[in-house]
Amino acid sequence: MFSKIATPIIAIIVFLGLWELLVWANGWPNFKMASPSDLPPAFWKYRELFLEMGWQTLWRTVVGLFLAVIVGTVIGMIIGFSRIARDALYPLLIGFNAIPKATLVPVISLLFIGQHDFNTVLMAFMISFFPIAVSVGIGLSTLEPEYRDILRALGASKATIFWKIALPKTLPEFFGALKVSATLAFIGTNLVEIVSPHGRGLGALFKSGETNGDYPLMFAVLIALAFLGIVLYYAVIFLERIFAGWADREAT
Amino acid sequence: MTVPEGTFAAVVGPSGCGKSTLTRLVAGLMTPDEGEVWLHGERVKGPRNTVGMAFQNPVLLEWRTILDNVILPLEIVAPRMPRKDREARAMELLEMVGLVGFENKRPSELSGGMRQRASLCRSLVHKPDVLIMDEPFGALDAFTREDLWQTMRDLRAAEPFTAVLITHDLRESVFLGDQVIVLSGRPARTQYVMDVDLPADRTLDVLFTPKAADMLHVLRDQIKIAQGREVDH
Repeated sequence: MFSKIATPIIAIIVFLGLWELLVWANGWPNFKMASPSDLPPAFWKYRELFLEMGWQTLWRTVVGLFLAVIVGTVIGMIIGFSRIARDALYPLLIGFNAIPKATLVPVISLLFIGQHDFNTVLMAFMISFFPIAVSVGIGLSTLEPEYRDILRALGASKATIFWKIALPKTLPEFFGALKVSATLAFIGTNLVEIVSPHGRGLGALFKSGETNGDYPLMFAVLIALAFLGIVLYYAVIFLERIFAGWADREAT
Repeated sequence: MTVPEGTFAAVVGPSGCGKSTLTRLVAGLMTPDEGEVWLHGERVKGPRNTVGMAFQNPVLLEWRTILDNVILPLEIVAPRMPRKDREARAMELLEMVGLVGFENKRPSELSGGMRQRASLCRSLVHKPDVLIMDEPFGALDAFTREDLWQTMRDLRAAEPFTAVLITHDLRESVFLGDQVIVLSGRPARTQYVMDVDLPADRTLDVLFTPKAADMLHVLRDQIKIAQGREVDH
């Protein structure tokens, strides 16, 4: 238990130490590359902004991710259960996923002009639903027929088979995808906050640091984003333990 | 082919002749292109909850304990049965197959043979009239398999069901069957039916008697014929 917490903390300290060393050894000034020791003052100076903007980024990311879970699961169910839907939707989904989302920022800001919260949530959703849809779809379509047959032979309905077998069996894949999606959703949120600045979120704080040449602030924002990403990731792990802990085999 | 009520039919035949298809037809998971399947004077038109199925793969649900896996069919067949009664019924079967003490374990914590025992309990928990088994012992090692044969024999003595067992193992078919049905190669037909004239409470020793050896020999020749090969004696 101790090593489970201590190991990552030591790794982070070593990382920060190497970073500090790199900046110090090269004699880089602040405007080229900030060092870890520059960060605490930056955080302290803008502490209220960090809390406010951090919260805006976090809630919009979580809402986008939540939408991605719902829509991704529904799409996954459609392509998982219907061959025709799979053949029809896969090329569209892959094509959509291949579009760099930065190029969509001007499109959605023009479509929903001024709806900053909506736009940001929408982007977080668009960038993160794909892994969920694909993994749920694969999980359902690769369900061994025998698993279905044990209930089907008893005359169970399709809905019963889904709830009792298909859904729980897909959960480990679902959570695997959710971990990827959680970090992707942050990228989506920040994309809108940076590319289409509207004074909200950590992305906007980053942008203002850039405008003012405040490099420690920019790096502090990056660290804050990394921190939020880690928090959300572990929240997903926590849910996974509860709902799919059975898939975790003890090491032998 | 006909399987009288309460008897045990072992079906053998060359691979690819449609033995698994036969189980799916009897279970009502498939409908025949031609011909009919009848169970208890009723034509099989679809799945019915008086059937139990067991496969080569135990197909236990990893997220359920052994006890909850065994209970699963009761949730479908008898949704209003109290939890206590379900557990009592499941424990009764787990005791018969020697899995008491493992009911709260997960499938991944059990050996292959134990998982297959649990799978057999699940296929019998709702007291089916017919138990259909598709090579349930096929993936087990030889000694575990023999243990499971004896478990199967004891289950049969305790529970009244008609059994259809698909197998590749002639010794298994003789040890467990009241009759052994040999299917021909494609298209499969009933090629040969052997009545197994051995005592119901047979032990593994019976397989080493001259009588059993003769039966196995006849069956071996029939398989060769089904495979389209010469019988060389």
